[in-house]
Amino acid sequence: MNTARDIGDVLLKVEDISLSFGGVQALRDVTFEVRAREVLGIIGPNGAGKSSMLNVINGFYHPDEGRITYKGTTRTAMRPHEAARQGIARTFQNIALFKGMSTLDNIMTGRNTMMHRNFLWQALYLGPARTEELEHRGAVERIIDFLEIEAIRKTPVGRLPYGLQKRVELGRALAAEPELLLLDEPMAGMNLEEKEDMCRFILDVNDEFGTTIALIEHDMAVVMDICDRVVVLDYGRKIADGSPDQVRADQGVVDAYLGVSHG
Amino acid sequence: MLYREAGQFKTSYAKDQAVFPIIQDRWFIALVLVVAYGVVPLVANEYWLQAVLIPFLIFALAAIGLNLLTGYAGQLSLGTGAFMAVGAYATYKITTVFPEINILVVFVMSGFVAAGVGIVFGLPSLRIKGFYLAVATLAAQFFILWLFNKVGWFYNDNPSGTITAPPRTVFGIMVAGPRATAEVRYFISLTFLVIFALLAKNLVRGRIGRSWMAIRDMDVAAEIIGIRPLQTKLLAFAISSFYCGVAGALYVFAYLGSAETEAFDLLQVSFPVLFMIIIGGLGSILGSILGAAFIILMPIFLTNAPALFNLPMPTDLSKHIEEIILGGLIVFLLIVEPKGFARLWQIAKEKLRRWPFPY
Ligand SMILES: Nc1ncnc2c1ncn2[C@@H]1O[C@H](COP(=O)(O)OP(=O)(O)OP(=O)(O)O)[C@@H](O)[C@H]1O
Ligand SMILES: [Mg+2]
Repeated sequence: MNTARDIGDVLLKVEDISLSFGGVQALRDVTFEVRAREVLGIIGPNGAGKSSMLNVINGFYHPDEGRITYKGTTRTAMRPHEAARQGIARTFQNIALFKGMSTLDNIMTGRNTMMHRNFLWQALYLGPARTEELEHRGAVERIIDFLEIEAIRKTPVGRLPYGLQKRVELGRALAAEPELLLLDEPMAGMNLEEKEDMCRFILDVNDEFGTTIALIEHDMAVVMDICDRVVVLDYGRKIADGSPDQVRADQGVVDAYLGVSHG
Repeated sequence: MLYREAGQFKTSYAKDQAVFPIIQDRWFIALVLVVAYGVVPLVANEYWLQAVLIPFLIFALAAIGLNLLTGYAGQLSLGTGAFMAVGAYATYKITTVFPEINILVVFVMSGFVAAGVGIVFGLPSLRIKGFYLAVATLAAQFFILWLFNKVGWFYNDNPSGTITAPPRTVFGIMVAGPRATAEVRYFISLTFLVIFALLAKNLVRGRIGRSWMAIRDMDVAAEIIGIRPLQTKLLAFAISSFYCGVAGALYVFAYLGSAETEAFDLLQVSFPVLFMIIIGGLGSILGSILGAAFIILMPIFLTNAPALFNLPMPTDLSKHIEEIILGGLIVFLLIVEPKGFARLWQIAKEKLRRWPFPY
């Protein structure tokens, strides 16, 4: 666990969030908060509503009930691109990269919201548009260095192995220089070595840029290792919330996990 | 190893971002331009300019326009003919009302008119995708042509129902109308293609191109990283229609000389341009040009080749062969190589890079 950083005030607070799909109640009255600069783990059995929770936070799903307070502003719903513009970035459980584009272009897209030159400048590719492009290229190259993916810079991401695709997707999220980074199972399907790399990247991001991170993960060892705090969901309800040690000792959590297999 | 990157280290991002980062490519492009501007007008006769090269250049411009929308932004459109018609009719209206405006400027103005119409017909793309969007653009195609046919104002109530290129000069040179030479019209079409191909290339390698491709590859993820689907798609419709509009203006004023709405028919224009980008390569500017060359040249080749070998071939047979080749090639490319000729060209370059070694 990394305790050196000073965890700040509440950055995001979700209150009494409920969400249903037809008959399926994906979330019921879920309340928790994310504090600035912490690494928050969201865990729970399959179908517990973890991904749905992230989707609510970044505006992809609109909750039936409840409030979301982000950086002091309370709202019930917003469009995903608005969330992006306010500093919320994320990765997906099933990689959502732009398959036809290179690694470099995928990560460059992450900086779209910071680029402002209009299409006339871009068509001419002169002056401001060129300066802007090169400036952002520099920033993206630093991310590429950081994630150690220099060699696949120009490779179309559709051709990359799974583990590298996950890394590129993290790169695209980082390119937006987010304040809040939502990671949906960033290590799913990876081997041990890849997982270790990914953990290192996540901790480094948190450490170096002070990025607040909320991540969903099934691997308990990883969660216990890198998270400052853990929220446990089960059947759409929050059943526990606390430090990794507290959560591990919680009887309700143990019961929820009994007999449930995790991949 | 005539064609290689080795030794050409890019020492800055600026160089790496250049349109043609490899020196041989730059020489190749320069050579093409020299031939196109310097050699072709000297050697090509009236028939080649009028029947082959001018339509090729104009259709290449339209194909780039459609490729921006369909190949880059992923929005399938069958309305190319209609957007070209908007450009042509707008040019006709503007130049008959304001004959003093430079006709080349009018072409560009008509592009803007087409862009506006493109935005309107792009609105359904926010709700519908793929096949359904194609049907919506098809509706645009029929509606616009019907309108131009029906409302006399668009063709100045001309009893023949056609629009005819009036004589227009630029710097004392006749550029449109019956007395404009094929050479001049060739130069104009070529220059429009060169300039707009370069602008398109710039667009697609920057932020806008990336947001188009992002919407094409995965619109949900694009929205989540902050790309606004509405603006991005409508911009694609606008710019694509601008290109088609300018191409349509050239189609009547630099090629046909006069036209009715049938000239912009689905089977005359919309489908062939779509075939051009499928064959040339979806998401490739170069591919659009190669595809246009193929579609324009193949029928000419098929009608003339048998004569070269003294084989008698009835015209309807060559027409059928043309359709078979085209159909077969499209099916083949869609299944095997959706990036079309442009990708084959790239593979050839990769081979050339290693040549004469097998690995
Ligand atoms: N778009 C949707 N339409 C219908 N039902 C959905 C949708 N998204 C989620 N659900 C349902 O909501 C419930 C919670 O799903 P969610 O994906 O949030 O679970 P999860 O905790 O992320 O599970 P996993 O560990 O398998 O990823 C499930 O029953 C799921 O079937
Ligand atoms: Mg999930």
